[in-house]
Amino acid sequence: MARLDYAEGHVVEGFRLLRRLHKGGMGSLWEVEREIPPALPETRLAMKIPSLAEGEDVSAIVGFEVEQLILPRLSGPHVPRFYAAGDFSRLPFLVMELVEGRGLVADVEAAPLPFAAVADTGARIARALQDLHRQKVLHLDLKPANVMIRADGTAVLLDFGLSRHDEIPDLLAEESDVPMGTGAYIAPEQIVGDRNDPRSDIFALGVMLYQFLTGELPFGSPHGRSGMLKRLWRDPVPPRRLAKDCPPWLQEIILRCLEIDPEKRYATPAQVAFALQHPDQVTVTDRGLRMSQDGFGVTVRRWLRTRNVQKRLRPAVSEHMTSAPIVMAAVDLANGVDPLAETLRLHARRALEANPDARLACVTVLKTAILAVENQSPDGGNAYVQRLVELKDWARPIAKGDERVSYHVLEAVDPADALVEYARHNHVDHIVLGARASSALRRYLGSVSAQVVAEAPCTVTVVRVSG
Amino acid sequence: MLTAVFADIHANREAFAASLADARRRGAAQFVFLGDLVGYGADPDWVCDQVMEACAQGAIALRGNHDAAIAETAPDMNTDALRAIVWTRTRLDAAQSAFLTGLPLEVDRGDTLFVHANAWAPEGWGYVRSPADAERSLRSTSHRLTLCGHTHVPALWHMAPLRPPGRHEPTANAMIPLATTRRWLAVLGAVGQPRDGNPAACYGLLRDSPAELTYVRVPYDVDTAARKILAAGLPEGLAARLAKGR
Repeated sequence: MARLDYAEGHVVEGFRLLRRLHKGGMGSLWEVEREIPPALPETRLAMKIPSLAEGEDVSAIVGFEVEQLILPRLSGPHVPRFYAAGDFSRLPFLVMELVEGRGLVADVEAAPLPFAAVADTGARIARALQDLHRQKVLHLDLKPANVMIRADGTAVLLDFGLSRHDEIPDLLAEESDVPMGTGAYIAPEQIVGDRNDPRSDIFALGVMLYQFLTGELPFGSPHGRSGMLKRLWRDPVPPRRLAKDCPPWLQEIILRCLEIDPEKRYATPAQVAFALQHPDQVTVTDRGLRMSQDGFGVTVRRWLRTRNVQKRLRPAVSEHMTSAPIVMAAVDLANGVDPLAETLRLHARRALEANPDARLACVTVLKTAILAVENQSPDGGNAYVQRLVELKDWARPIAKGDERVSYHVLEAVDPADALVEYARHNHVDHIVLGARASSALRRYLGSVSAQVVAEAPCTVTVVRVSG
Repeated sequence: MLTAVFADIHANREAFAASLADARRRGAAQFVFLGDLVGYGADPDWVCDQVMEACAQGAIALRGNHDAAIAETAPDMNTDALRAIVWTRTRLDAAQSAFLTGLPLEVDRGDTLFVHANAWAPEGWGYVRSPADAERSLRSTSHRLTLCGHTHVPALWHMAPLRPPGRHEPTANAMIPLATTRRWLAVLGAVGQPRDGNPAACYGLLRDSPAELTYVRVPYDVDTAARKILAAGLPEGLAARLAKGR
């Protein structure tokens, strides 16, 4: 491998080094520019160069190789855009977008933060994570240093050196016998060598939320395997003990992310984002209410159980993502529960029953005039509340207190726009909605279902009353 | 350059024709046949002719245990396989038989090794199934990449210096980068008799630099291939397993 003296002004395969932004144990990060300026102005560029000195940690080098394989396969606003890579065996480097914005290390320094800010940032990270998982990649080293928030509020995930792509051989799987990750944030299953569970990233997200909210780390910052293993039997101090303003729903979300058993955590980042954005829809259990850690007996029993924790086989990320969908049932209740609404309910029930990890969001649109002055129903009550009551009543036969079901009344001028926007924002996987029989007027005005089908970012099932 | 690599065609004309057409459509310019051209299936003569023609134009073909069995007095095989070999002999002319039994056991091209079963003893026909098998094969050659077949179950093994080998379950039709810092052993699935539960034919599509391998799956007319096996009077099990991919 070529050894180069990197210095300001040097040109590496068409990129001029401008200034060193960072130097760490794993390598250095430089701001660079193209030697030949591009025709159109582009974003600022960063070059990552691994340190390959003799005796360096081998997994750091493999990690760089892993990032070089994964980054070019990623796209979208939640990852730095990839520009170029050097031949790994000759001159390894990566050129990517220099992400500008606020690093979440700043949030750690400012912690404890108000709970609303924590929920907001958490939802942004969860949405970025959902987009990463959708691209079949697990991050597996999520921590404040690896997340930035752009000026427009979009979260960007950085550093894919420990990541795992579903369709690419995991070069790190056999690489090391010590846990790979950061002691404070690593999930229990990662400590025992499982690198295939998307919910490991949800655990790390839970640690970050806890840290932003309380200013403390739920499991400290251990370095060795035995120190890290402690989280398999010792539960953290409930956040509400440390942050007096933390509402039970937020503690519920955080502690659920931090469950030892991945099965008990949220199934997907989209579900975490959903919960953080709809606090009124979070079912608060003992998890959200408790004010102290588990007692001695429970802890000892867990400690005994962890002695035979083994690596489990997991389904692939893509399989997992599709087995935990968010289903949105868009029901029109302007005419009460008519036959179409009943048929729709049947299909919504099937979607929910088909899958224990599915979530059902029941959504209805309350049409408003462009000037929202008539939001009072004729008898003087609030139309919004009335519609919410009707929606819950419609869903009662399938929901029955099921915490997987939530309710949302959207107020909008254009129902189709509102439904599509809702689906996009909440990472809905599947929309089920009804279509009325065709008529001349409907053909003229255009139907809501047709517009949703055309514009929705996901699968859409259109339900009709037969006959 | 794109190279299409076909293992274990096993005289399945329908599977082979579909795979070949698919490879051409994807732009394959080179063809490699990893052995077991015949045995089990009903079209040994047709498959032989195709491969002989391809070899005349520069393709590489290797000998598998079923090809070798054509000339052996007492091949070491199970009853169904043996019955198929006895029948196959009656379908091949002298030139075709000589072609099959005269094929080489291994061929290398640059840092890539092609072999039917494994690299440690190509003529012993040992299977690569466990991490120990994979390690044994990888340690028996200095080639960076070995491609083999024989198990009829796709798998991709990789090994870094001083570490045990890792096994990757290839996703169908996904391009897999073969990192230059590792050594690789690609066990391709079978074209003509898949046994991984997926009845679609499997072949490998190899790109040179950067090295990338795709395990391509091609659905084909299983019913016709099975019907011809029955019509030829070959064991029923050989027809039935095609639809199951087992």
